[in-house]
Amino acid sequence: MKRLIAICLALVLVFSLGACAKGGADAKKGSVYFLNFKPEADEAWQAIAKTYTEQTGVQVKVVTAASGEYDKTLAAELDKDAAPTMFQVGNVGAVETYGDYCYDLKGSKFEGELTTDAYNLYDANGKLCSIGYCYECYGIIVNKALLEAAGHSLDEITNFATLKAVADDIHARAAELGFDAFTSAGLDGSSSWRFSGHLANMPLYYEFKADNVTAQPATIKGTYLDLYKNIWDLYITDSATTGAAVVTATGDEAEAEFYEGKAAFYQNGSWEFASLTEKGMKADDLAMIPIYCGAEGEEKAGLCCGTENCWAVNATASKADIEATLDFMYWMVTSEEGTKMMAEQFGPCPFKNAATPENVFFAQANEYTAAGNYVVTWAFNWTPAVDDWRAGVVDALAQYTAKGGSWDKVKEAFVDGWATLYAKDHA
Amino acid sequence: MHLTALNSKLIRRPIQRHIWLFLLPTFAAFCIGFLYPFFKGFYLSFCKFRITKDATFTGFENYKSIFHDTSFLHSFWYTALFAIVSLLFINVFAFIIAYFLTQGIKGANLFRTVFFMPNLIGGIVLGYIWSMIFDGILIRYNTAVILETKYGFWGLVILVCWQQIGYMMIIYIAGLQAIPEDMMEAAEIDGASKWQKLWKITIPNMMPSFTICTFLSLTNGFKLYDQNLALTNGRPYIQQGGTVIKTTQMLALNIVDSFYSSLTNRGPGQAKAVVFFILVAGISIAQLTFTRRREVQQ
Repeated sequence: MKRLIAICLALVLVFSLGACAKGGADAKKGSVYFLNFKPEADEAWQAIAKTYTEQTGVQVKVVTAASGEYDKTLAAELDKDAAPTMFQVGNVGAVETYGDYCYDLKGSKFEGELTTDAYNLYDANGKLCSIGYCYECYGIIVNKALLEAAGHSLDEITNFATLKAVADDIHARAAELGFDAFTSAGLDGSSSWRFSGHLANMPLYYEFKADNVTAQPATIKGTYLDLYKNIWDLYITDSATTGAAVVTATGDEAEAEFYEGKAAFYQNGSWEFASLTEKGMKADDLAMIPIYCGAEGEEKAGLCCGTENCWAVNATASKADIEATLDFMYWMVTSEEGTKMMAEQFGPCPFKNAATPENVFFAQANEYTAAGNYVVTWAFNWTPAVDDWRAGVVDALAQYTAKGGSWDKVKEAFVDGWATLYAKDHA
Repeated sequence: MHLTALNSKLIRRPIQRHIWLFLLPTFAAFCIGFLYPFFKGFYLSFCKFRITKDATFTGFENYKSIFHDTSFLHSFWYTALFAIVSLLFINVFAFIIAYFLTQGIKGANLFRTVFFMPNLIGGIVLGYIWSMIFDGILIRYNTAVILETKYGFWGLVILVCWQQIGYMMIIYIAGLQAIPEDMMEAAEIDGASKWQKLWKITIPNMMPSFTICTFLSLTNGFKLYDQNLALTNGRPYIQQGGTVIKTTQMLALNIVDSFYSSLTNRGPGQAKAVVFFILVAGISIAQLTFTRRREVQQ
């Protein structure tokens, strides 16, 4: 018995040494370690990594951070000797934090494949820190079938007044129709980002546009917060969920209300397409309209398009690893397998060889642009300490919504919160 | 082998010589899991850093900054208040329940098990469950637990009471059962009333249990994190002179929050953690010496 155990142990020792030796040989060739941001794409990433390894023999390790834990995971992983060679740096805050770890992507083969520079992020010295690999758009998703059942059509809605008229009418007849205008505007963590992030973009976008702001500002004025109030009030009035119930309503609830046909309007983004069609909605019934909130000239508004999905390469990795990572990124946007996976998972990608996604929302975004409408860019990418700022706005919105509190608290969280957090980060 | 043979040098020597071999696993674990992180954390509290391997030494800067941080001071007083209130409620109720469950009532064992069970559920799960319970009630009054500081405070007190009373109850029951029967009998013969027996015999004899229970509930109160995170996560907030005060945020949560929310320097979060350690250690030692003095020898 003892001898058996001894033999087993010896074998384990030999094999683990062997494994080390094998790892050592591959290290010279360079390997890729990607820290993935999107849990929903994890399966696809693991599969594509395997395909790449089979084709080229280069090891690709993909680790996915838990939802909402990316920053913590990245900070911990970068501490290790085997740090990620490829990671996500999606907004100015991240550039400020991780800029030193970003390899300058300017002039790389991967960069040469880009069709636009619009989604790239640079640091203060002009270093190309990260490259946007896909973009997304959001707005108000409409169930056209329900809209027609209520005796309305999409053509009616061209600005806030007309949106409100249609929504008010549906809400007033909700009992008779069997559905309401808007899905619940839940402020639970699983849903609140739709409002503290995406909806908050509207006043930010119009303010920055009016003031010609082209870089992250230290303070904001909140000039267009009335627009935010307009649309928020509409969401919490023309809906089955009102008052304090809004505070605890979740994202799943809103999504379910929409695909079960209990509400005609649902503010969300292009990423919802796969989920909604999987749940049985027909692509033909779906449309996405701009978020109308009462801005002047918003009849010419398009969808909100931008991205937080940008790849960066770790500058502190070994030369071989950096090369391997750049090769992998290039392969992702040029090979058949890579582009197919990117289109399926992320939608349209700004690369020469990108495959066309089936998502109807992107087609609509393009239609708006083709019709000469302006794209509402993602102004919120400049938010300082974004999680904290959003948490403050959500809290104020909750107070306002549940207790009929004053709008000043929201304004305070919005404007003062921005200044406070910016000052804290730049102390 | 005869027992005295174990004392023979022939056997003791080789064991003594290899004592390190037996100590090594535990000691290594202690070093890796406690000593190294502790000292590294202590060093980092004097540094400006974002990624721990790239830290630059800045002296007492972090410590200076945290005492100007109103959110830290707020969470400190909030935590202190919470720790005292929860300590009182937990121990009073745990003692009362333990007292009645040792009076020989029917089904005492069943009750003990039931009261102890909440302790087996993790803090995060408890926090979410209770937030649903509270919100289910509060929604009738068009409000929610995260909308009012007082709801958050009392909600958390109820939660930790529910969780910890059962645990403390077990300790008190053990203490109650260890009181010598003859002492009770003697008191009865001398004509002591029930109330007198409780105050003059039961409680003095149970001081060791009180020591351990107050120690546990006080430090638990100070170190509370999961439940705080899951129940309110510091909400509601107020904006106050350039700082956001998260009104129901306790110390541990404040530390983690400031550690992770800073884009450029995580040092202050680390410094807060060191201050927190000194504080909790200090309070626990003071409280231990205080109650120890009141323990009686049986």
